[in-house]
Amino acid sequence: MGFSGWRVLREGLSGNRGWTPQWRDPEPKSEYDIVIIGGGGHGLSTAYYLAKEHGLTNVAVLEKGYLGGGNVGRNTTIVRANYFLPGNSEFYSHSLKLWEGLEEDLNYNVMHSQRGLINLFHSDGQRDAFARRGNAMINQGDDAILLDREGVRKHLPYLDFDNLRFPVYGGLLHPRGGTARHDAVAWGYARGADSRGVDLIQNCEVTGIDIENGRVTGVQTTRGPIRAKKVGMVVAGRSSQVAAMAGMRLPIESHVLQAFVTEGLKPVIDHVVSFGMGHFYISQSDKGGLVFGGDLDFYASYAARGNLPMVEHVMEAGMALMPMIGRARVLRSWGGIMDMTPDGSPIIDKTGIDGLYLNCGWCYGGFKAVPGSGFSFAHLIARDEHHAPAARYRLDRFRDGIGLMDEEGTGAQHNLH
Amino acid sequence: MRIRCPICGDRDLREFTYKGDAVALNRPGPEAAAQAWDDYLHLRRNPAGATRELWYHGGGCGAWIVVTRDTVTHEILGAVLAEEAEA
Repeated sequence: MGFSGWRVLREGLSGNRGWTPQWRDPEPKSEYDIVIIGGGGHGLSTAYYLAKEHGLTNVAVLEKGYLGGGNVGRNTTIVRANYFLPGNSEFYSHSLKLWEGLEEDLNYNVMHSQRGLINLFHSDGQRDAFARRGNAMINQGDDAILLDREGVRKHLPYLDFDNLRFPVYGGLLHPRGGTARHDAVAWGYARGADSRGVDLIQNCEVTGIDIENGRVTGVQTTRGPIRAKKVGMVVAGRSSQVAAMAGMRLPIESHVLQAFVTEGLKPVIDHVVSFGMGHFYISQSDKGGLVFGGDLDFYASYAARGNLPMVEHVMEAGMALMPMIGRARVLRSWGGIMDMTPDGSPIIDKTGIDGLYLNCGWCYGGFKAVPGSGFSFAHLIARDEHHAPAARYRLDRFRDGIGLMDEEGTGAQHNLH
Repeated sequence: MRIRCPICGDRDLREFTYKGDAVALNRPGPEAAAQAWDDYLHLRRNPAGATRELWYHGGGCGAWIVVTRDTVTHEILGAVLAEEAEA
């Protein structure tokens, strides 16, 4: 049954007795055409687009915990398409277009809010770099406006513009950037996939990948073996462990990225603000909490929590940029496990094993990619050919050095992004 | 997280810079095949558990050390000087 304002009103007046579970809880069948390992944002959107775009519904999503319990529920919910390099540029542009039609498509309120994203700059050189990035975004068909200092002041009057070390020179405004409600994105895709016949199987951890004569034949799970003609691995945060079941070693090192949220406040920060020089970014959730984060802790970790030096650094950067938030009280902090690739860009590709596909390496940018990643990965699985916007996300680009997408320009090596 | 430098003892994380997996000690020879360089530069076992990695004690004695550390608990299991470590 669909959602609508009318239905909310009717259910409200009748004691909310008409709501039913949003998806089934099926027992796993012994065989599927396609098994997707990982019931996070990317896995659920992959299943949704397999069903919707390719008519493939004999599909199971296997999730070791509960749907949306991993990184899709641990991010800072930012949606943007302000990438610079070929490969990333067209991919995130496509993903943002999917975001803009997502709520109608899913009939689900994912609270997508295009409140605008502003990347601040603090020197003439940085202004040039952002002007160039803005032109690249416009050439891609997206939007970018270069703001001078007074232009930024109109949007963000509360910044410390005269900070001695990083005075605000201006900012690059990406008006279509913004945020969305992360859980709702997972739930909306889950509901959409389930209603098209996809089996979403929770508490089902994959413990082995069956391969015969170079071809995948199924998976072993904690709920028994499941045969499959094709298997997609979509488990950013655990990619190395799952790929190891297929005998693969990936160009990935897992790092922890911390994030923070304050108690709920009245509306005070209307945009997403990014302070690159301080490795700090912030937005305000619809519930009122200031949601902010910084850079990686910069050591390999699966702990889903970080250390105090980075906490201190993030707080200092926030105070340097916008001293007004100093009275806000931090409610909680957490860490997400990032699949870090050497060039900081993701991987959507086939593997050396027939029928086994890989989607990983989302670094700290996976949330905004959820629609585009699922769309392109479903295309790859269904047709065995790359979807054009994701065609450059090759697994072997590191080995041959061709087509690296080092967005930060720091070098395509581990621990530099 | 405090790291036990073999020279300086337990020291604050902020004194150290992380390099990455200790595979960095196994630099292939110049004649090595592309696959060996890919293994060295990019491909990682990336374990959830004990791992050996290189850290630089720049805020202390300046030594490179090989730290054995649990990536799930952040527990430091041991540390030796890189020059004395087996590659």
